[in-house]
Amino acid sequence: MNTNDTLAPGIIGRRRAAALPEQPPQLWKSVKPKKAYDIIIVGGGGHGLATAYYLAKNHGLTNIAVVEKGWLAGGNTARNTTIIRSNYLWDESAAIYEHSLKLWETLEEDLGYEMFFSQRGVLTLAHSVSDVRSKKRNLYANALNGIDSEWLTPEEVKKLVPIINISEDVRYPVHGATYQPRGGIAKHDWVAWGYAKAASDLGVDIIQGTEVTGFDIRNNKVQGVHTSQGTIAAGKVGMVAAGHSSVLANLAGFSVPIQSRPLQALVSPLLEQVLNTVVMSGAVHVYVSQAHKGELVMGAGTDAFNSYAQRGGFHVIEHQLAAALELFPIFSRAQVLRTWGGIVDVCPDASPIIGLTPVENLFINAGWGTGGFKATPGSGWVMAHTIATGTPHELNKPFALDRFVTGHLIDEHGAAGVAH
Amino acid sequence: MLYIPCPHCGLRNETEFHYGAEAGVAYPDPNALTDSDWAKYLHIRANPKGWLAERWVHFAGCGRWFNLWRNTVTHEIGPAYLPFTEQPKSPANGQEGLKA
Repeated sequence: MNTNDTLAPGIIGRRRAAALPEQPPQLWKSVKPKKAYDIIIVGGGGHGLATAYYLAKNHGLTNIAVVEKGWLAGGNTARNTTIIRSNYLWDESAAIYEHSLKLWETLEEDLGYEMFFSQRGVLTLAHSVSDVRSKKRNLYANALNGIDSEWLTPEEVKKLVPIINISEDVRYPVHGATYQPRGGIAKHDWVAWGYAKAASDLGVDIIQGTEVTGFDIRNNKVQGVHTSQGTIAAGKVGMVAAGHSSVLANLAGFSVPIQSRPLQALVSPLLEQVLNTVVMSGAVHVYVSQAHKGELVMGAGTDAFNSYAQRGGFHVIEHQLAAALELFPIFSRAQVLRTWGGIVDVCPDASPIIGLTPVENLFINAGWGTGGFKATPGSGWVMAHTIATGTPHELNKPFALDRFVTGHLIDEHGAAGVAH
Repeated sequence: MLYIPCPHCGLRNETEFHYGAEAGVAYPDPNALTDSDWAKYLHIRANPKGWLAERWVHFAGCGRWFNLWRNTVTHEIGPAYLPFTEQPKSPANGQEGLKA
């Protein structure tokens, strides 16, 4: 054995560690920040990476850095329950989420990266007469917007999901459901990696472990960002920071109507496939799907209070499991393997803010609250357009920060408030 | 689960309370406001990373609103106090976190 190479990869001490697998190839280049960029994106989650990718792909801009405080997709991108759908109530939301869903449908080909996108359908249960009415209203609104959505009777729900309990003899009986067949799930960390790889291949710098600590703003115009690695100049800056949007906006000298709350999720150990669609219920506060590997993935509502701690109370988990058990008695045999929390940025109308800020050349994409994952491609697409052209895309014009002054709120509490 | 000190009932489980966001937001004079001032009053509430003075109501107990200092990073609970009384000093003691 050549004793000179004891520090080479695959060698532990003087013994060759033959059993260790090869290190996976790097998906994106590791870079040191340059002194200046045309555009800096603050936040290396799905939305930030998608923004950088579409800036490069759709607008030919590649002198871009994505600056991430922690590690790539270490925030909400890899903490959500991966549900994808577009059956929102209002025209503005339907348009942007449907644009996103259409992008999902070809995303793996576009990025050249597999992400287990699976259109297994999304069921949204109704449990009372008023629930049925509001779900049907939503359904008709979807039909007018050309979004696939259909009404299923309890028996049809049972046919689709044999393990569900449709007995009338429970606290919240299933009275029917809306079903969006094109909805589904994707593997969330792979989505981030796919965007990161594609953006990096186009020349975008991805800089992890670098916290933005302030903005260089002169004459109300952003000139760059102060970071833990020094100041980086920038022609334009996009804030895509989810739960930390209020903190960043404050550093830039303006306020956003956002409250940061913990949203928890959990998985069971790997089980045989028993659930081949996504089931959501706002009334009993749970949504559940089964990942490709076999773990049941569940989430519910946010914890009640403001927090940046990425954890919440166990009573919230107990509450959602009680709901899940009533719907799926078979789950009583499953165990909770792991729970975690992410910090979601909640707006008063449960709709996002995407557009200009009071500071010139500083743009914001925030407020996706509990349902941002499904919007990742569409959000990046319109944010890239907004940054590249300096004006909002048709799809994100209604989601401007000034809607809170004009009163043109987009109230999606019904479609978005609880269940995602 | 937080244990929250209700000023009237003592230490109780978080599940007995509802949350009310930032404390001490004064009701403005509607006739003296611009649209953007009104929007600010309606929609903007403090969202700091660190100590926050916030409102809670003990709905399953005395039913009364009160204010509480709480840290949004550590979930540490500070002093509770009644509305319209003098606000105790922030437990941050000058070591304020990032404001928002």
